[in-house]
Amino acid sequence: MSAVLALLRRDVALALRLGGGGGIGLAFFVLTVVLVPLGVGPETGTLARIAAGVLWIAALLAALLSLDRLFQADYEDGSLDQLMLSPMPLEQVVLAKACAHWVTTGLPLIVVAPVLGLSLSLPVDVLPVLIVSMVAGTPALSLIGTIGAAITVGVRRGGLLLSILVLPLYIPTLIFGARAVENALLDLDPVPALALCGAITLFSAALAPFAAAAALRINAR
Amino acid sequence: MTTGGLFAKCPVRGYRARMDLEIDSLSCRRGGRWVFQDLSFRAEAGEAVLLRGPNGAGKSTLLRVIAGMLPPVVGNVRLGDISLQSDRASLQEQIAYAGHHDAVKPALTVRLKLVLWAGIFGADGATIDPALERFGLARFWDRPVAQCSAGQKRRLGLARLPVIGRPLWLLDEPTVSLDADATALVADLIRDHCAGGGIVMAATHIDLGLVGARVLELSGEAASTFATTTPATGNSTEDAFLDGDWT
Repeated sequence: MSAVLALLRRDVALALRLGGGGGIGLAFFVLTVVLVPLGVGPETGTLARIAAGVLWIAALLAALLSLDRLFQADYEDGSLDQLMLSPMPLEQVVLAKACAHWVTTGLPLIVVAPVLGLSLSLPVDVLPVLIVSMVAGTPALSLIGTIGAAITVGVRRGGLLLSILVLPLYIPTLIFGARAVENALLDLDPVPALALCGAITLFSAALAPFAAAAALRINAR
Repeated sequence: MTTGGLFAKCPVRGYRARMDLEIDSLSCRRGGRWVFQDLSFRAEAGEAVLLRGPNGAGKSTLLRVIAGMLPPVVGNVRLGDISLQSDRASLQEQIAYAGHHDAVKPALTVRLKLVLWAGIFGADGATIDPALERFGLARFWDRPVAQCSAGQKRRLGLARLPVIGRPLWLLDEPTVSLDADATALVADLIRDHCAGGGIVMAATHIDLGLVGARVLELSGEAASTFATTTPATGNSTEDAFLDGDWT
């Protein structure tokens, strides 16, 4: 377990230092959401109606931004070879790196999402549902992203290919995450959508480490 | 493997008593051509094996096959009673690999880098400061790796070897960008490791001055590929290639 913690500590430390890209996702998320009222117009009814979709789409794109370096940096400097020889199974390495990615990109998004929700005229009583939906859904973004990051690890400028591979897989999380907030807005029951959002996260936690580890093993050849 | 099942997954700390390395009719194919075929070789615990051969002869490939990162087409690698084909994970837990890249991050400091590798490999942190001292990195312990020279980065990458404590070392051109002192240090390190019962396989073009080291010659030809010699000092073989006539 301490090996996992060491890897987690390393990845979080790297993301927060210069060039790690930890703050980029957050800045991108904030900027994208702030741009929407400028483009759509300040009418509060319209903004509240589209707020859930805007926040979730921005979160998807923000999570994508730092994914391409998730394994690539380690692949290029030889760290991935070392991680393959570590006592941890590669699947555990993937899971630890997904956790680190979520801590440095998903978690900051959740923290600022309520503030941005307010700026999009989302009613205050809907904000708890927004937070819960993002807590349930954003880990899936990091987990599913590991698959795409592992497949494109050896590809120069693989970030674009990564986006095309991964964005379609984000669709279920987007649908259920945004639907939960929308249901709360319309006084409907948000729980089924939240549950499905969490289910996708659990499903990808079970599947993604194996898929990503297999892709990494092939790419390390 | 007979001792399969649950116990095969148990992590092994320290060196098992006398684990010999056995390479059994190993063949590897990359990009539609045979890199080497039917390579068999045996190294006893405590032996150093120098891999020689022209560029592209398959030295790095052989090291990566032994490290379990590249599957061989046929053949097997055994270390003690651990077999690559039946239990790759356990074999990999016995291996320390130093490749072309140093696996160091520019954003981290020298000592933190080693601390984190020790943590990831579940190794004893007490060996970190002696390793830094030995590689002449103790003065720079809090310097970001980005400010280190290529040679210092290589030293840091090699300092990981004694820290993580694995019996089989696979070194791919370990002396690249090292100065004469550090090259002598690498030779010392290999000698110490062998004296402790470990095995070192090193692909290198220079004479490390390892007395009694065995030489495995890869020719890069398609067919069977190797011959072993045991030079007395490493600089007086009958092979013109080993005497420095590389052109």
